[in-house]
Amino acid sequence: MTVTLPKPSPKDYASDQEVRWCPGCGDYAILKAVQKTLADLGVKRENTVFISGIGCAARFPYYVSTYGFHTIHGRAPAIATGAKLANPDLDIWVITGDGDGLSIGGNHMLHLLRRNVDLQVILFNNEVYGLTKGQYSPTSHRGFKSPSTPLGSVDNPIAPGAFALGVGARFVARSIDTLTPHLVDVLKRAHGHRGTSFVEVFQNCVVFNDGAFSAFTDKSIAPEQQLHLEHGKPMVFGKAKDKGIRIKPGALKLEAVMLGDGIAMDDLLVHDETNHTQAQMLVALRPPEFPVALGVIYCDPAPSYEREALAQVNADGLVGVDLNAIMRKGRTWKIGDDA
Amino acid sequence: MGSPPATRSAREVRDSVVIRFAGDSGDGMQLTGLRFTQETALAGSDLATFPDYPAEIRAPAGTTYGVSAFQIHFGARDITSVGDELDVLVAMNPAALKVSLPDLRMGGAVLVDTGAFTDRNLQKAGYEKNPLDDETLAPYQMLKLDVTRHTLDAVEGLGLSQKEALRCRNMWALGLMLWMYGRSRKATVEWIEKKFVKEPPVRDANLKALNAGHAFGETAEMPSHVSGYSVAAAELPVGVYRTVSGTEALAWGLLAGARKAGLKRVMLGSYPITPASPLLHTMAGMKDYGVVTFQAEDEIAAICAAIGASYAGALGVTSSSGPGIALKGEALGLAVATELPLIVVNAQRAGPSTGMPTKNEQSDLYQAVFGRNGDAQLPVVAVATPSDSFEVGIEAVRLATKYMTPVILLTDGFLANAAEPWLIPDANAIPEFPVRYRTDPEGFMSFSRDDATLARPWAVPGTPGLEHRIGGLERSWQTGNISYDPDNHQRMTELRSDKIRGIADDIPPQAVALGEERGAVAIVGWGSTYGPIHQAVQNLRERKLDVSHIHLRYLWPLPANLGDLLRNFSRVIVPEMNTGQLLTVLRAVYLLPAEGINKVTGKPFKVTEIERVVRARLEDRR
Repeated sequence: MTVTLPKPSPKDYASDQEVRWCPGCGDYAILKAVQKTLADLGVKRENTVFISGIGCAARFPYYVSTYGFHTIHGRAPAIATGAKLANPDLDIWVITGDGDGLSIGGNHMLHLLRRNVDLQVILFNNEVYGLTKGQYSPTSHRGFKSPSTPLGSVDNPIAPGAFALGVGARFVARSIDTLTPHLVDVLKRAHGHRGTSFVEVFQNCVVFNDGAFSAFTDKSIAPEQQLHLEHGKPMVFGKAKDKGIRIKPGALKLEAVMLGDGIAMDDLLVHDETNHTQAQMLVALRPPEFPVALGVIYCDPAPSYEREALAQVNADGLVGVDLNAIMRKGRTWKIGDDA
Repeated sequence: MGSPPATRSAREVRDSVVIRFAGDSGDGMQLTGLRFTQETALAGSDLATFPDYPAEIRAPAGTTYGVSAFQIHFGARDITSVGDELDVLVAMNPAALKVSLPDLRMGGAVLVDTGAFTDRNLQKAGYEKNPLDDETLAPYQMLKLDVTRHTLDAVEGLGLSQKEALRCRNMWALGLMLWMYGRSRKATVEWIEKKFVKEPPVRDANLKALNAGHAFGETAEMPSHVSGYSVAAAELPVGVYRTVSGTEALAWGLLAGARKAGLKRVMLGSYPITPASPLLHTMAGMKDYGVVTFQAEDEIAAICAAIGASYAGALGVTSSSGPGIALKGEALGLAVATELPLIVVNAQRAGPSTGMPTKNEQSDLYQAVFGRNGDAQLPVVAVATPSDSFEVGIEAVRLATKYMTPVILLTDGFLANAAEPWLIPDANAIPEFPVRYRTDPEGFMSFSRDDATLARPWAVPGTPGLEHRIGGLERSWQTGNISYDPDNHQRMTELRSDKIRGIADDIPPQAVALGEERGAVAIVGWGSTYGPIHQAVQNLRERKLDVSHIHLRYLWPLPANLGDLLRNFSRVIVPEMNTGQLLTVLRAVYLLPAEGINKVTGKPFKVTEIERVVRARLEDRR
């Protein structure tokens, strides 16, 4: 007799710990979206591990009812890689932020992505250090005033999507904290992808950087400033679906255009998730001249690191290993009567 | 072993002999030394080796700082040190002669390749005059041979370039030395055949050079003052032997430890660094045995990956040297806080900072015992000899898994590279210490502790019903939930500390390596100084001095009886290759007026150095 288990609900993936982010923090919405994603996918709690570094976002694992490891600043990718090498069947999510993942842990992020370890990375980008009270981060714009840059930052910011594509990520996607249905769809795609899935989520820090992304997240202008990508579909945006993205004639660059007046749907670029060059151009689009590209920007699977690494290793592990035989391999000699 | 071939000059029978092969770093001296070691071990001698090479891969040819040397001390008795003075020096060029001659004993033999004593090489070595032409070598038995010419003659007709042909000089010299000591060439021939299987001309050239060197000894007129030495086989316990380097023994020890713990996987995360890299190489060659190795992007990622592996139920291991261990400090604290098993191998080298990467020192004891933020105690164990690495490796795994703690295993560059004959143990006779992962969800709390060991349960992701969260934030003493409660932090700090202190009752009481358990003087050492200290104490005791040797494997926690044992001696002397680190620990823990003998030249202690200082201090006292 088969038993039909009830479909899990997001609540099944909530731990008994009180969530302690600032009221209004974008992290709450991301937590809800992740819990909904896990429920929709019906993942096994015992097989799922959330691994984080340090920062506001890094508290995330405490609030999910799966396994969780709150590690040290920037090192979650390395710890996740080791866990995956020990047990490739674990379903791992790395939770990080712009400081954790791109500043102190930038090196590990680079190598995680180029190796292509099979796990999901959610990078909460709020363009500020929240937990340490408001210093500028590696994604803060030039001129950003903060306790450590009272006259404005003179650092050039890093673009997470461009970084990920540049170091060889095979899956790069973007979404917004409060855009729940979209974020859930993106997370499901990330989960389904074999290899490292890199998801940047624009996350609003209400205390230290409120409105950092309002240029494309404010409800009043969002449709005009967001390009929702779908594989195989033309790149259309705008409330009236009257705008699009095309290749600028005679140049290797993109152009936002109004449909009509000699420009037809056929003239627009069709999104191809496997086109690396196009992906690099899409992640660079910025308002107000361009809408921000959201959704799966790049997806071109390749064999994952841990599968390839472990294919070289005896699958039975140490079980059955004959130590006496190993230590007697090579040249030995006997001393004694029977020598 | 067959009887040595007849020689024209009488062989001097010796208890033990010290030979050093010295040449340019491109001359293959390490390889020559290893082959000689192999043949010597097969002939039944006990031995100890000391590879000494420059940090540069190919230092400028012919210079004194580019000299690479391999020293072997072998004999018919128990050999514990690499030997203070050379009986025989093989110098492949003027620079090698210049560097090593001060270590040759008066009357010792020196073989020089006259073909390499060109004006240019003499100049590069800093010789104003050719030492072969003046009185420099008068106090020694000199054997001047044009090894270069003989080698070129031997390999002629094989179609090798001059450069390729000259690379066989080491084999010619090896052939001659093997003849001098009546050693077989069999294992060397097999080795050459295997190594150069894809390059038949190179293989043939090496074989010809080896055989030519050997034949030269057998047929040529040797100068009458040059005598070979006859060294009998040592009386070693019955059994099957092999030569083993500290690195190999450690890799097998870790493998054996994991096996005895019943673990399925060992995962070594490492980043290349001198002199720890050989462990990464050796374990990367153990994939057939289920060992996973991960060359990480940096030292931090290496330890973090190992922690991740332990978290997922494998034995996480990371290896490095002092500078790399410094980088791992924060992650080590995480392993202490989350109470996960982990092995951290430190192949120490001369510091501070980059220091002298290929030179030896034991100056990371403070770092191992104290080098973390917060009250973060962990067990520290140290290897004494190359083969001791096997037992210490197993013990480190036992402590890490039984007590759910990172363990630092201290070895050093000398131990990692040095080799000695090893009576291969029966792996089946090693006791098991099976790990029990937590599987029962009933009453599970991630930081509830075993009453006896104070270890927390190892609850591995993938286990249904045990889903829980861990991390570096302080946690409640049972549930593991985040806690900033003052009393809880006091309690947790004490629990973590008590857990490590408790290990003192689970390790063997400190024994005396040589001598009485009470008396006038205890010489207390740790790590690779074992050999010279042991020999020095033996010599002092032969002079009827009341001296004992105590050598520590467990540096933290210290063995439970150590304080009482040390108080049985009027005087405690601690020779160390640092400025007094164990000395400070012993003085602090036991309030003892212990005194140090300290050497930080990058070279091992000489037996006589220890002997001399101890005798001088004893005389002072009178």
